[in-house]
Amino acid sequence: MYKNFLRYIISVLFFLGVSGQANADFKVGFVYVGPTGDHGWTYQHDEGRKAVEAAGIKTTYVESVPEGADAERVIRQLAQSGHDLIFTTSFGYMDPTNKVAKDFPNVKFEHATGYKREHSNVSTYSARFYEGRTLLGHMAGKMTKTNVIGYIASFPIPEVIRGINAMTLAAQKVNPDIKTKIVWVFTWYDPGKESEAAQALIDQGADVIMQHTDSTAPVQVAEKAGVWSFGQASDMQRFAPKSILTSIIDDWAPYYVERSIAARDGTWKQQDTWHGLKEGMVAMAPYNSAMGSDLVKEVEQLQKDLASGKTHSFTGPIYDQKGNILVAEGSVADDGMLAGMNVYVKGVEGDIPQ
Amino acid sequence: MIKIEKRNDVSPSIYFLTPILAIFLTLFGGGIIFYVLGFNPLEALKFFFITPISDLYGFSELLVKATPLCLIAIGLSFCFKSNNWNIGAEGQLIFGGIVGGGVALLFYGHDGFYVLPIIILAGAIGGMIFAMIPAVLKTYFNTNEILVSLMLVYVAKLLLDYLVVGPWSNPEGFNFPETRQFSESARMPTLFDGLRIHAGIFITLITVFLSWLILYKTYLGFQIKVSGLSLKTAKYAGYKGKTMIIIVFMISGACAGLAGVGEITGPIGQLHRNISPDYGFTAIIVAFLGRLNPVGIIFASLIVALTYLGAETAQIFLQVPKYTGQVFQGMILFFLLGSDYLLFFKIKFLGLKKNEL
Repeated sequence: MYKNFLRYIISVLFFLGVSGQANADFKVGFVYVGPTGDHGWTYQHDEGRKAVEAAGIKTTYVESVPEGADAERVIRQLAQSGHDLIFTTSFGYMDPTNKVAKDFPNVKFEHATGYKREHSNVSTYSARFYEGRTLLGHMAGKMTKTNVIGYIASFPIPEVIRGINAMTLAAQKVNPDIKTKIVWVFTWYDPGKESEAAQALIDQGADVIMQHTDSTAPVQVAEKAGVWSFGQASDMQRFAPKSILTSIIDDWAPYYVERSIAARDGTWKQQDTWHGLKEGMVAMAPYNSAMGSDLVKEVEQLQKDLASGKTHSFTGPIYDQKGNILVAEGSVADDGMLAGMNVYVKGVEGDIPQ
Repeated sequence: MIKIEKRNDVSPSIYFLTPILAIFLTLFGGGIIFYVLGFNPLEALKFFFITPISDLYGFSELLVKATPLCLIAIGLSFCFKSNNWNIGAEGQLIFGGIVGGGVALLFYGHDGFYVLPIIILAGAIGGMIFAMIPAVLKTYFNTNEILVSLMLVYVAKLLLDYLVVGPWSNPEGFNFPETRQFSESARMPTLFDGLRIHAGIFITLITVFLSWLILYKTYLGFQIKVSGLSLKTAKYAGYKGKTMIIIVFMISGACAGLAGVGEITGPIGQLHRNISPDYGFTAIIVAFLGRLNPVGIIFASLIVALTYLGAETAQIFLQVPKYTGQVFQGMILFFLLGSDYLLFFKIKFLGLKKNEL
């Protein structure tokens, strides 16, 4: 009885919330894992949000939402306060997003980098960052003198391992002697840890540094030490003007605008998006002329080939660390294999933390 | 010349009223901040403190957030009352979560009413054992418990990192740093459909009652109070200081461990790297705001929990930075400590006398 009464009150409240929604303007909500000023991952998502705003659609964001018990409340509050489409921009929001989606069938949800679409109003999206890594690998292989490439890695998930492998394969192609050294920092954003890792790699002889973490610390350390580096997520050129050869840019703006308009106009459908250089979700910052015009031309050509599909980042033969064949000669890795990648290719030093 | 003198007659009612004064000063200070930021202060404060709990769901969320804070702060009050500075409740929470979560994973796929109690017990014991490390080191090796307990927070965090990345990670989870979702039998039952408030709140309420009983009705409670007021007196009275230190740390650790297990079996449902948004540290504010008194702590935990929720709604509706929540927590503590100072000391403005020149 008591429980039924509560249920009644809740449903009335929900109903009021929903009916309020229909009259209000179309609104899009964003949930960020970091501060908008991180100049990396969250910064780029917020740039995407601004593009949605520029397209004439109202937006709201909540920054620095921990990936724990709080995420579900924030997502639910956005849904309840009349947001019609909600982007949850970190992997850790996967389960909370699906949980809230179940209770708000009229609200659309888009979860970045996850794989669970338990309800028809949840889409997932991510970018083929590994294509950018292939370009970095090409440059790193050409530019290194010590043949040691330092790589600061966050978590041993397929996404990160894919990047390490793509980079190593491309570097080996132009310089068979290179070695990839990895430091796992187990964080997405921690300037202190990231700079320590960069310094450790430089001390071990790396003269090219790249990172799969979000702060600008590694490029700043590289700048000071006089080694080459690459920006991550956004154009970090101004933080290390001499050292940065280019940056991989996550450009979410076109996707966010497209999906927001689709949701507003009622054409939104559930999908799993994995866009790359071709669609522009992965873009490259201007190439540093310090690497020489020949190399710049090579890389630009490679970028075009990757975008057109003429070249694939994972073209066989590819071997794992023990020399077993992963991808046969003449074929390329399919998306299923890429999505679940959990072994290093030959030439990467060390073991994946398990 | 300014002279600071200790007041000898502080009435208990003023002592318990100052936290309320601090909250009002915080509201006032917060209003000024919102005004400077260009918002209507009353409207902003409404979004901050009223909107979050204006419906049943919001009220349930307030309790979900306050439950662990209250539980940890109650435990900490035992330590703080007896002059033991346990700063590592966050670590004890995480370690309790690890032990409880480990048991939950062990029982993966098991049904049975006994699963959840075993997990809860394991979490409490985990937190207790983790808190005994600084206690034993303090009593037998004279180490500083502030440093040891604080550093152990990082040990617990790194251990959790290791476990969720490696041996305990979800075998079907593509190596993502999280465990499986616990079975239904390992989850705290929720009290109402559609709300996240769970049975953990009863654990907290029972703990509050037991703490009151221990602190105010037992010999141990008396010993704790005397040691807090004067260690020398406690020694003269012949209290076994070492045993007491270990006991208060055990109580404190068990409470933090229970809070950890409540989080992972309640709203989270698995182990991952972010099982606590620094509840263990925020609970220190809660404990002092509640005057280390069980009932005071209940109210303090609700108020501090509200600053979290308020920061979220204020950001959603006004787009003010989420860190305003922390500003509010800081202001509460600042005004509380400030008024405490004036409560226990008086400032005398004396004219300059000739012979002093």
